[in-house]
Amino acid sequence: MEKVLTRNIGVDQQPTDLKAYEANGGYQGLRKVMAGMSPQDCQAVISDSNLRGRGGAGFPTGMKWSFVPSDDKCTPGHKYLVCNADEMEPGTFKDRLLMECDPHQLIEGMILSAYTIGADISYIFIRGEYLLAIQRLRDALKECYASGLLGDNILGSGYSLNMYLHPSAGRYICGEETALINALEGKRANPRAKPPFPQVSGLWGRPTIVNNVETLCNIPHIIDRGADWFKTLGLGEDAGTKLFGVSGRVKNPGCWELPMGTPIREIIEQHAGGMRDGYQLKGFLPGGGSTDFLTTEHLDLAMDYNVIGAAGSRMGTGTMIILDDRTCPVGMVLNLIRFFAHESCGFCTPCRDGLPWSRQVLQDIEEGRGQPEDLETLSYQIKYIGAIGNTHCALAPGAMEPLQSALKYFYDDFKQHISSGRCPYH
Amino acid sequence: MPTIFIDGQELQVNDGENILEACLNAGLDLPYFCWHPAMGSIGSCRQCALVQYQNEDDTRGRIIMGCMTPVTEGARFSLKAENATEFREAVVESLMLNHPHDCPVCAEGGECHLQDMTVMVGHRDRRYSGKKNTHRNQYLGPLIHHEMNRCITCYRCERYYKDYAGGTDLGAQASHDHLYFGRHEEGVLENEFSGNLVEVCPTGVFTDKPFLKQYSRKWDLQSAPSICNGCAVGCNIAPGERYGKLKRVHNRYNHEVNGYFLCDRGRFGSGYVNSDARLDYAGIKQADGSYMAVHQQQALETAASWMQGKKVAGIGSPRASVEANYLLRELVGAEHFAAGFSEAEAPLMASVRRILQTTQAMIPSIKQIEAADAVLVLGEDITHTAPRVALALRQSVRNKSFELAEQMGLPQWQDAAVRNLAQDQRSPLIIVSAMETRLDDIASQCISLAPDQIAEFAVSIVEALAGEPSSNKQANQIAEILQSAKNPLIISGTSMVHWGIVNAAVAIAESLCTEPSGCMLSLCIPEANSLGVALLADKSSPSLPDLVNSPPEVLLVVENDLQRRLNPQQMEQLMSAGTLVISMDMLENATLGASDMVLPAASYAESQGSLVNMEGRAQRYFPVFEPAAERLPSWQWLLKLAALTNHKSLSKIEHFDQVVAACAKSQAEFTNLVDAAPDQSFRDRGLKIPRQTHRYSGRTAMNAGVNVHEPQQPHDHESPLAFSMEGLNRDQPAALTPYVWSPGWNSNQSLQKFQAEVDGPLKGGTAGVKLLQSSASGATQKASCEAVEMQAHHWQLVPVHQVHGSDELSVNTDEIAEMAGMGFVSLGAAVAHKLGVSEGDGVVLASGGTEVSLEVRILQRVAKNCIGFGLGYAETLYLRAGSLATLAVDAQWQRPQPQLIASDKATPDPIVAEGGSAHV
Repeated sequence: MEKVLTRNIGVDQQPTDLKAYEANGGYQGLRKVMAGMSPQDCQAVISDSNLRGRGGAGFPTGMKWSFVPSDDKCTPGHKYLVCNADEMEPGTFKDRLLMECDPHQLIEGMILSAYTIGADISYIFIRGEYLLAIQRLRDALKECYASGLLGDNILGSGYSLNMYLHPSAGRYICGEETALINALEGKRANPRAKPPFPQVSGLWGRPTIVNNVETLCNIPHIIDRGADWFKTLGLGEDAGTKLFGVSGRVKNPGCWELPMGTPIREIIEQHAGGMRDGYQLKGFLPGGGSTDFLTTEHLDLAMDYNVIGAAGSRMGTGTMIILDDRTCPVGMVLNLIRFFAHESCGFCTPCRDGLPWSRQVLQDIEEGRGQPEDLETLSYQIKYIGAIGNTHCALAPGAMEPLQSALKYFYDDFKQHISSGRCPYH
Repeated sequence: MPTIFIDGQELQVNDGENILEACLNAGLDLPYFCWHPAMGSIGSCRQCALVQYQNEDDTRGRIIMGCMTPVTEGARFSLKAENATEFREAVVESLMLNHPHDCPVCAEGGECHLQDMTVMVGHRDRRYSGKKNTHRNQYLGPLIHHEMNRCITCYRCERYYKDYAGGTDLGAQASHDHLYFGRHEEGVLENEFSGNLVEVCPTGVFTDKPFLKQYSRKWDLQSAPSICNGCAVGCNIAPGERYGKLKRVHNRYNHEVNGYFLCDRGRFGSGYVNSDARLDYAGIKQADGSYMAVHQQQALETAASWMQGKKVAGIGSPRASVEANYLLRELVGAEHFAAGFSEAEAPLMASVRRILQTTQAMIPSIKQIEAADAVLVLGEDITHTAPRVALALRQSVRNKSFELAEQMGLPQWQDAAVRNLAQDQRSPLIIVSAMETRLDDIASQCISLAPDQIAEFAVSIVEALAGEPSSNKQANQIAEILQSAKNPLIISGTSMVHWGIVNAAVAIAESLCTEPSGCMLSLCIPEANSLGVALLADKSSPSLPDLVNSPPEVLLVVENDLQRRLNPQQMEQLMSAGTLVISMDMLENATLGASDMVLPAASYAESQGSLVNMEGRAQRYFPVFEPAAERLPSWQWLLKLAALTNHKSLSKIEHFDQVVAACAKSQAEFTNLVDAAPDQSFRDRGLKIPRQTHRYSGRTAMNAGVNVHEPQQPHDHESPLAFSMEGLNRDQPAALTPYVWSPGWNSNQSLQKFQAEVDGPLKGGTAGVKLLQSSASGATQKASCEAVEMQAHHWQLVPVHQVHGSDELSVNTDEIAEMAGMGFVSLGAAVAHKLGVSEGDGVVLASGGTEVSLEVRILQRVAKNCIGFGLGYAETLYLRAGSLATLAVDAQWQRPQPQLIASDKATPDPIVAEGGSAHV
């Protein structure tokens, strides 16, 4: 398979500087656009490419961009493009690779995206712990400014764009685009109520697009090589390639660029090398900590947004977490819920107070204090906290996904904890 | 009007409102926490959940938040659907995980919105078995008590304090279920409207600290509709009493005046009512200077004998009721009735009176001020001179954001979204003042000028408005801003004691009245009834210096401490020139101390009367409880005196309503006074309005420590209110609403059951009546005043008004005195630097023969050649606005040591000295 997003990433994981990036066809897309493609042309290509957001929700990127009002439909002022590089989903480490090893790919994608939506200011909101990525992006930005790829009158096109790197002060919730915007404005990172969506009233109340790192990295290639080429890359209904990752007790945990629609079995058994000796696959979270468990019966499913959705989970970030047969599923869910409860921004009641309640019930079960009625309480909480719309944003419903699917697939484990008054895995 | 369906019931609802509002308007009980009628929706508590159905066939529906969902034609909802009720119960159950269940010892208990909502959703049994989270409380000053464990994280406090009131020192900290609402460190809350936290908080996190020290449950309070006498805004208040003590003051909703909020002077400044410095008995001065206590009747007879056949003059008061002032005027005759203003104030108030009666500009209510889209403030620091108006201006600058929101189809109640959209875009607010003001943070422009120059500058604006652009660019610009506004507002007032400023402000308003937009004009005046007494004074009325110069044989002083209005020589002359002085007042003061007879007057909380606020609105207050000891309301003292002296018209009058009627008849301006509130004969379904709640407890036992026989309840022969639990407190005329309560709604949120619709007027209308109708003729005033001539090494004195400290009565409340601190001088940073002093140092200020040591406060923005002095402090009593002063460093000055009054911190951290040994 042709490497697209990772073509500049070698095993040594050294950064690609401007010279190396350009030597390998970098900034070709940008030069092509600046030489005469209109924002409308770019928008059409992206819409046509069927690119879907790689941050987890899989929302069609072209459609998202199309909601930005044109200049004649909004009050005069700035428009913003924000790159969501606050990669904090448990089990996810794909954006880090892209930023550390090929920062210019992201920057080119951002310039093209900003041009398409008419933004004149852009931000990279990056996870504060990504010190190496921060350093490398900073260097890359310097190179771009020095060579006229950023700033006023980019490549003589008359288009100007400034780009700022903003390391986050660090909360999981900053990955939620409106919480990210609040954080960028210097406010508490609480998500905002939608509508209005950021596309019409986002950063500083202005039209704003927030896209994930990987999504933006796809843009130069689609612009350069066309929507049809991009669509041929996917094996199934979704277009392009994707960084898939596997963590857990497999032989070869890691991250690989594979076509969209690659079967799960291929990812786990071929690329990740299968389970470590002495461990059996019990289940897995297909797209990070806030997706529903799938089990061995789902191994032949293709990693496509709708296919995974139909199986009762979400493709999320495409980075799987493996549950093996020697790890307690209750303990794993408790660990996740503890994380989500701690990362709740505290704005709405079901999330702020509901998740700690679930945590407490799970802890009782895991530590052998569980009562038969606890399972009822957990089901009640799933109904109360888990439904989209019950809470202010998607954090708490996401947190409930591993819990609700664990109860479905590993119910006996929960029962056993309660009946035996201890964790059978310890 | 769209039609929506709630549980099959068809409802006609208002366009643009949300489902929660629609439900409350329909009288449905939908619980909520974070939503507030004045602050809109943010969707944080998730309590007002309903089920919305797509169409008639949809039986599952989905949960939506009432406060975040706009009404749409034909939309279908259910409040009673099982998933909705189950969800609402789950929300309360989660809120209760960490709530301490300390209701029996919580000051909110019995009027707690959280209690009400918990009962409403039916939550009873607790399933959570974990530990509760706990927090450290903070010392927030003498006014607000903090008890963070009770917090349910509704964000109301932060949104009120920061977004609504413009405070900067209280907010949300930390996150998840450890969210904390407080200051960055312990300390006194800075905002002048912090007291509203008590009513905004749906549970007991922020409670009224002075009330805690002498606590009673809401249901045990005897309350009456009243009017704040702290300033001329005339906020409606609901004071509560028990055991003969005024316990606390709550806001009383008036749609057009104070809405939901009071300033801290209004809420906390009534402690003086319980003061030990209150006068209990009448006294007659003896030869040795002491007073002999005498009975009411004896005092009255003595006073009458003194007055018989003598030349009697009276001094009224801008803080006494219209009725007391009116009776005094009738008793002594208009030509012997001084309104009680100082020499500088009297012509100003006469001028204000004339302006309000003749201007073409609209004199706005606070509700109307909130609608202004361009505001020019001349010379006032409104937060300190008319506090509640400043809170309204903080809302008026948001009109820009509402305009932006409308363009986007975003409803105003989407509070967070509207704020995020507008960010710091605000409607213009231009402040021209001698010193920085508390509204500078939201002003589009602040201009620092000495009082004379403010007047001059305002005249340039008038010229620019008339089409003669002046050489002053700023003035031209401001004229343009005002001309292009749809609803401009000019605010000025008497705080600089400067005629020129007021007149020029009026001239601006008048010229804008020729524009199609018209113009609103608001004039801040000094005291609660300044306008009322100004209306009673006429051309023949003597001024205070007139009385000093030709002293009467007998002088009747009603609720006026002349020390605040006369200089020491004048005071001396007036009180000792062979004049028999009879004074009635509440608290010991210099005037009482120099009088030959003192009569104990009832406070506002023990008497009845009308006050005319700055917009000419007459409002009635009623006694909360009977005056103790031998105190009498001033109007009763005067009526009794009139009877004893056989006054020809007054001696026929016995009752309050007759006084009102006579006053209304005496003068065209007071014709409407009778409509300020229903008269004594008013009955609701045959009964008077009860001051006590129907749960009022312990009435038979309250007094048992003194006498086992239950005393008869007092009868109120003067008002339609009864000292009783009997009767209905429901939908009566707004002026007669003593407290709010409704079945299932024990907290102040029950107000919505009294409102005709959410955030609308009360079902019983709006209390009070406007006395003045502006005429079409227009107020033509010529700005004529003598400019202050500056001298080298001198500064011009500018009065600095303080919400805590400048008011005569409230400062007799311990907590307010603590907030007020001591007399001070405000210097610009440059002047301070030149003098070599910094904040907290002392200087000696010399002016007009007085020399005082004052604490230095440093300001960022001060007009050239100006220094400010804290008004109303004992130290600054004889400093006069506009006079010149010199400054010198006070070498004797000792910086006051800050003292921590209380702290929740276990013990202060030991200070570790360098040697390593710890000592506290």
